[in-house]
Amino acid sequence: MLNWIWLALVVVSVAVGAATGRLEAVTRAAFEGARTAVEISLGLVGIMALWLGLLRIAEAGGAVRLLARAVRPLARRLFPDVPAEHPALGAMLLNLAASWLGLGNAATPLGLKAMEELQRLNPHPDTATDAQVTFLALNTACITVVPATIIAVRVSLGSAHPTEIVAPTFLASCCATLVAVAAAKLFARLRPFRLPPPQIGEEVAGEPR
Amino acid sequence: MNLAELAHTLSTWLIPVLLLAIPLLAALRRVQVYEVFIDGAKEGFGVALRIIPYLVAILAAIGMFRASGAMELFVAALSPLTGPLGMPAEVLPAAVLRPLSGSGTLGVVTELMKTHGPDSFIGRLASTLYGSTETTFYVLAVYFGAVGIRRTRHAVAAGLAGDLAGILAAVLLCRWLFG
Repeated sequence: MLNWIWLALVVVSVAVGAATGRLEAVTRAAFEGARTAVEISLGLVGIMALWLGLLRIAEAGGAVRLLARAVRPLARRLFPDVPAEHPALGAMLLNLAASWLGLGNAATPLGLKAMEELQRLNPHPDTATDAQVTFLALNTACITVVPATIIAVRVSLGSAHPTEIVAPTFLASCCATLVAVAAAKLFARLRPFRLPPPQIGEEVAGEPR
Repeated sequence: MNLAELAHTLSTWLIPVLLLAIPLLAALRRVQVYEVFIDGAKEGFGVALRIIPYLVAILAAIGMFRASGAMELFVAALSPLTGPLGMPAEVLPAAVLRPLSGSGTLGVVTELMKTHGPDSFIGRLASTLYGSTETTFYVLAVYFGAVGIRRTRHAVAAGLAGDLAGILAAVLLCRWLFG
């Protein structure tokens, strides 16, 4: 699906850019986007290293396993393919706690670690698993408890009630999260999205069930 | 203490508590915390590098889409839908941009609040919309990029379904609370 969306974005952009005489702007935007991508990625190096180091300590000390055990009842429903007490569950819980509290700097490294743990259970390394898609549904929707950025903008623009949008934002983001997770579960069964059948003799990576 | 204060307190304390509790707990179990930290931290650079091609693909395409004027055409095509929903036409560009670009949406929302006032219906709705969902394409590029997944199956569809639900909920809730 990303194949088609990406192709459509590029083709439509060049076509419309040519028609509206904005081709130079289109070229500039492509280069600008490429540069921003590298800046964002390299900007992550330090904070990634910090959290990956801490997480390794948490794994060695047993804290990740402890967290995984705590969320077991819910995790079993959301991620039936992930074995109980798998370190992925602990990392996912930490990621969601951080992102729901708006701590983006901590959320991304923790989420990427969770993806890596889920990837160990993936028999087709270039294809997403159900658990990975469900986890990303929780992240692309993302419950917002305190929309700190937008409150700051509202304050700077002289709003009389800068925080009055907290309740509707929280509720709307809960709706988004519920629908995204439900969609992740439902769409997994649709033909175009189904996983390729495992080949005979293929071993499932990771721990035995 | 109301919910916003509670959340603020939580977000102030969460990281320091984690920074304290994780090494302490491990040290009590005789883990060589410094050595183990270094061992884990080594992977940071590799992960960041692995993301680059995925993020370049997504951010370049979205940048082109916005710069070409195709984004405006797309908004114009969708605009017959905004009236029956009760969404002011001015807010539609912010809604369409939300899954594509977080910083772009913040710019549009800030502009809307400058023009119409942060306490206008448009200002409140735009504010709510910004926080109602995440930047789907960015999240997918970064997270799948980090583990080298190219076939994303239903992830885009599920993410966009969530975005749509968040936007609709934002409109309905704002009409109910502020309308």
